[in-house]
Amino acid sequence: MLHSRVARSNIWGLLKLGAEVAICGPATLIPREFAELGITILPRIEDAIAWADALNVLRLQLERMQGGFIPSLREYNRVFGVTRERLARAGREIVILHPGPMNRGVEIDSDVADGPASVILPQVTNGVAVRMAVLYLLAGGAPDWRVAPQADDR
Amino acid sequence: MTELLIRGGRVIDPSRNTDGVADLYIKDGRIEAVGRNIPVGQGIEVIDAAEKVVAPGLIDLHVHLREPGFEHAETIATGALSAAAGGFTAVCAMPNTDPVTDSQATVGFVVRQSIRAGKARVYPIGAVSLGQKGEQLTEFGEMVQAGAVAVSDDGQPVATSHLMRTALEYAKTFGIPVADHCEDMSLAAGGAMHEGLIAARLGLKGIPSAAEEIMVARDIILAELTGGHVHLCHMSTRGSVELIRWAKSKGLKVTAEATPHHFTLTHERCLGYDTNAKMNPPLREDADREAIRLGLKDGTIDCIASDHAPHHYDTKEREFDDAPNGIIGLETAFGLAVRELVEPGLISLPELLARMSTVPARIFHLPGGSLAVGAPADVVVLDASRRWTVRREDLHSRSANSPFMGETLTGQADVTIVGGRVVFNRADRPVS
Repeated sequence: MLHSRVARSNIWGLLKLGAEVAICGPATLIPREFAELGITILPRIEDAIAWADALNVLRLQLERMQGGFIPSLREYNRVFGVTRERLARAGREIVILHPGPMNRGVEIDSDVADGPASVILPQVTNGVAVRMAVLYLLAGGAPDWRVAPQADDR
Repeated sequence: MTELLIRGGRVIDPSRNTDGVADLYIKDGRIEAVGRNIPVGQGIEVIDAAEKVVAPGLIDLHVHLREPGFEHAETIATGALSAAAGGFTAVCAMPNTDPVTDSQATVGFVVRQSIRAGKARVYPIGAVSLGQKGEQLTEFGEMVQAGAVAVSDDGQPVATSHLMRTALEYAKTFGIPVADHCEDMSLAAGGAMHEGLIAARLGLKGIPSAAEEIMVARDIILAELTGGHVHLCHMSTRGSVELIRWAKSKGLKVTAEATPHHFTLTHERCLGYDTNAKMNPPLREDADREAIRLGLKDGTIDCIASDHAPHHYDTKEREFDDAPNGIIGLETAFGLAVRELVEPGLISLPELLARMSTVPARIFHLPGGSLAVGAPADVVVLDASRRWTVRREDLHSRSANSPFMGETLTGQADVTIVGGRVVFNRADRPVS
């Protein structure tokens, strides 16, 4: 979170769309100021799972762990990992997202990433289309309003 | 399970602000009832506590039990027995063992040894950094799951501000405090006692009060930055007391302990080069001792901890400069506290029991510290007015490094009960 661009753009975007947003992780990786952005900080993953309809699991940025913000990947998984056991305790389906690339067995277990509630692959596919559209518009392209409804019809 | 009746004692429970003559009935390891003239059935063990004080077992947040690694000085079994003889039903063991208690496996070892000993409860404190090297954070979560109740690099300070910051933040996830030994090592380097007149006279290098106060200030500022809970170990200077008072006035999560030797002795005890007067932090000046006492009175210092630090005489009986720091303290803590704080009228006996039981239990979130019905039956029967002389052969620690040998103290534990089981009874081994 401390280092994550994904977290920041997700927070802005989701709030703008009217979603309630909470973030969860070790306090070493969550700037306290985030509480002032209009979101909730949940210190325990169990609480986050109990609270959420959808989880966007963010990659633990291994290359930025040199600062000693967490003691080990193993403990990160034990304390903050999104695991099948933890999700099962929620007793309802929670949509699982991950912007990738995943550290399987660290922030997310494989049986969750590949499980029935996971929309990670469509998320990646859509992400490519959205990026293409944004780049197209930024490059001066105009939206083609005639094509868009057709795409919806399929 | 066994039932036990403690009859006719002055029952003091600081957790509920109660104080009066009553019986205490224990069943299945818990307090079953407190009241007058509780009827007893056949075959129930009865302890006569007339003229005695019945209180929640004392709790010590800061001891060194030396196992693993230094079993010639103390073991978890001998330390837990010494604790029980001192009236303690629970102690927290610092991690500066060999190997350092810095993983779930080493934490689990301490837990297992304490269960095997079956005396006072021993709660492990995990190291903040791997090997207490001040570099990499340990796995707090795994250590807490294995039984750790706090983290500390005691013996040394948490080495850097960055490490302290991350430790305070990371500890929040697990709801545990970070206990710090406050010492600026660059200022303290080579020091053998308090920097002052006596050090000058003895020709020993001193440790200035500033070495402690700088770290106290650092920790308070980081507690504010992180919202974490810092527990300041063995406070010894008047400046530290002022800083803690300031922190508390700001509402920060800062707690502090002081030892019996710091509210009893001053650096003058080092005259004669007795290495039993060598400790870290060192014995300070009269004004410091007074400030610690007043801090305990007004609550700026939350609790009393012994910093029980056994050393074999082979290592302690050396030149003052080379001798290790620390003294044993579990069996003299209560007697010193009554003599130094209660007898002069500084604090009342119930207040003392709060600072030695109820408050430390709250600081580290431990069970105990209460005689409420349903609470674990960790209870001590004390003779709060007995005068007794500290003698080597009457103590239970494996080591004897104490500056209080031969002194007369006031107040002593007679019976110590952990989980409804009598783990120490002085009547079994009368003091001559």
